Amino acid sequence: MPRNRRELYNKEICACSIFGAMNKDGERFNAAGVMKAIANMHVRGNGLGGGFAAYGIYPQYRDYYAFHLMFNGKTLQSQISAKAEFEQYLNQRFDVVHDEEIPHRPQTQLRDPPLIWRYFVSPKKMGEDASLSDDEYVVRTVMQTNSRAEDAYIFSSGMNMGCFKGVGYPEEIGEYFMLDQLYSAYAWTAHGRFPTNTQAWWGGAHPFSLLDTSVVHNGEISSYGTNRWYLEMYGYACTLQTDTEVIAYAADLLLRRQRIPMEIVAKILAPPIWNAIDTMNEKEKKLFTTLRMVYGPLLMNGPFAIIIGQTGRLIGLTDRIRLRPITAATRGEMFYLSSEEASIRLISPELDSVWTPSGGEPVICELNSRRV
Amino acid sequence: MKSFVFPQFQIIRDEAKCGQCRGCERQCAFGTHTYDPVSDRLISDDNKCVGCQRCAIFCPRDAIVVRPNPSFYRPNASWSREKLEDVKKQAETGGVILTGCGNDKPFRIYWDHMVLNASQVTNPSIDPLREPMELRTFLGAKPDLMDFKVKNEEVEIATQLSPNLMVEMPIVFSAMSFGAISYNAFLSLATAASKLGTYFNTGEGGLPREMREKFGKHAIVQVASGRFGIDAEYLNCAAAVEIKVGQGAKPGIGGHLPGEKVSVSVSATRMIPVGTDAISPAPHHDIYSIEDLSMLIHAIKEATNYEKPVSVKIAAVHNFAAIAAGIVHAGADIIAIDGLRGGTGAAPKVIRDNVGIPIELAISSLDRRLRQDGIRNRCSIIAAGGIRCSADVIKAIALGADATYIGSAALIAMGCNLCQKCYTGKCNWGICTQDPRLAGRLNVDIASQRLVNLISAWSHEIQEMLGGMGINALESLRGNRDHLRGVGLYEWELDVLGIKGAGE
Repeated sequence: MPRNRRELYNKEICACSIFGAMNKDGERFNAAGVMKAIANMHVRGNGLGGGFAAYGIYPQYRDYYAFHLMFNGKTLQSQISAKAEFEQYLNQRFDVVHDEEIPHRPQTQLRDPPLIWRYFVSPKKMGEDASLSDDEYVVRTVMQTNSRAEDAYIFSSGMNMGCFKGVGYPEEIGEYFMLDQLYSAYAWTAHGRFPTNTQAWWGGAHPFSLLDTSVVHNGEISSYGTNRWYLEMYGYACTLQTDTEVIAYAADLLLRRQRIPMEIVAKILAPPIWNAIDTMNEKEKKLFTTLRMVYGPLLMNGPFAIIIGQTGRLIGLTDRIRLRPITAATRGEMFYLSSEEASIRLISPELDSVWTPSGGEPVICELNSRRV
Repeated sequence: MKSFVFPQFQIIRDEAKCGQCRGCERQCAFGTHTYDPVSDRLISDDNKCVGCQRCAIFCPRDAIVVRPNPSFYRPNASWSREKLEDVKKQAETGGVILTGCGNDKPFRIYWDHMVLNASQVTNPSIDPLREPMELRTFLGAKPDLMDFKVKNEEVEIATQLSPNLMVEMPIVFSAMSFGAISYNAFLSLATAASKLGTYFNTGEGGLPREMREKFGKHAIVQVASGRFGIDAEYLNCAAAVEIKVGQGAKPGIGGHLPGEKVSVSVSATRMIPVGTDAISPAPHHDIYSIEDLSMLIHAIKEATNYEKPVSVKIAAVHNFAAIAAGIVHAGADIIAIDGLRGGTGAAPKVIRDNVGIPIELAISSLDRRLRQDGIRNRCSIIAAGGIRCSADVIKAIALGADATYIGSAALIAMGCNLCQKCYTGKCNWGICTQDPRLAGRLNVDIASQRLVNLISAWSHEIQEMLGGMGINALESLRGNRDHLRGVGLYEWELDVLGIKGAGE
């Protein structure tokens, strides 16, 4: 019998800046403001990772899953062969209605950009897979690709949304992908990264996403090992060498697969302390006790502030003792979340309201109407 | 027959200090010290001394030193003193050598080869004196999925949960039966468990009726192969029921409480005649397969109206992880695993010292196995056997245990010095005896307070270590091997433990 290999994994440790903006009426805007805001937190990153998630950017392909692929490889030749290999697999499982290289500036200071391609696809479920939901089918495809394929990573897989990320400062990544010119979205999230180790690869940048759920994260998850084994039991392969990944998968498990309301999900990721639970009324006490009993392994421990993006909403959340705060603000139909208030003020000097949510209290902003 | 074995200990009495109070004579149930009125001196017989240190500690003038006998056989790496003497003892008696307490052989203690993590810079460490630091743990099966009903924006849980035990710290008193230990020792464990918000395990000797009302809700009652003291009330007064299949100190063999220890109250509690040997067969005679075990689990659940978690305790042996997975499928809510160094009141020495595997390796492989099978939620793991301090507890949690059982540590807190003579029934510390004169030495108030102090101290230490790792709830450490690193271990050992080497 082969011996179990050690469960060796590398958890990257990083500090970061995060930013999110959303128009509640669903009006779409380009990334210029968001890029300016995240650039204002330049010193919170060190140029080893930046990225964006954008919602509502592919209205013409809104009914197709948009796969963003990263083909790593030392040479263009090896990237192309990774792509060919992936496409063979993809074509077996999906109808590809359109694919293209993701446009980028040809001149760049960025180091070793991989080949980045996007595919708009529709599931072609066969045999045993026929009974799966489309979403589940896509999740399995993503997990299989990311854990088995060499040099091919699906880093974005939702409908009518997409992630853009790489090694560099976020404003450089934004310029590289021309986010201020080519895309307009009703919601953007952005991330600037300060990893403490030097190994930099494009897949390790934020956001992390699965289907339409994307996560940008500032902090370090000290419960990573626990979160990871729990999620692995449910088929989530943690392959991207970072702790943020587990938040994206936890969000997918709880929100999509188990259909738990976001308010409750927030109380799973950042539950109230037992002292508080013990003084609640019987009904709440039972609810929160049960949540902690059952979902204890998904408690995200350690300092974090996250912005979760999903179709139609942005969610801000901090750890339960608020070791990494987040600032929320509104102006008219605009809603903002940021590591620092100054970045919000930079692009919207006048604000209707600004607040710092308590630890573990989610801030949820939803579209006024889902028809975007 | 003249014994060719050296006395194990040498008693040195400082005659200048000794006041001939004869305290040592009264303290020693083995008859080591006798008073000689002619010379007005106390004479000590080294041959009778078991090294329990009762006389030395209680001597009002500190006149006694008990130390290992320096006499030696010619040193020989293969024929150690112990091996040589075991041969002599068996040549003299023709019997199986009995012993008590846990395996004392120098098997690698993995606890001492694992180091813990701490936060630096990127993740603030948390001060447990200023911030909440939560150790509360639930033991029992948890559902994979929860159903919620949302009514008028109020969320309600629709899933019916299995019963769970709530403990305020991940430490439970291990199975030590009334009969093996004295009534006072048993009562001290029960008292401490109820004060601490944790549980004590009754072992296989039943639960005295007068204790059921007050301490039942802090008791895990055992159903072992001897079926002593089991009736419906016994099962139903308890917080949980544990089926004892195996014990780390003596996997694969049964138990034997000699008739001398079956006093009136032991007999009433065990429901056997006074003075008869209480024999626990090696297997349960109604469990010859996993499906038999499943039937017993469900019979107990029926008998207790599905209100109590059912635990199954097994010894950690070679293929135990696969067996444990089967036990979870058979319906157990808790798996208690007892490792190589688990204690006992009496066991053949050859079994205690040679059968089973270390608990550290066992925890990790069991946790991994249950995760691979996708059934880790469906049971809790309690690790037992060789847990000596708070660091061992926290390392057990990081390897995947939900909680730990402590036996020897609890006895030591009450006064035990691990002299390994539990099977003689002459425990001078009043712990492992039914002799009323000896048992009366153990004051329940003091002993239970010492237990409470010990567990409180460990809890504080666990909180400090957790906070240092930047974790403020114990559930975030469970199975979190990232916080452990191995030092001085072979690759295969790191593989089994699932941890990196230090510096990796």
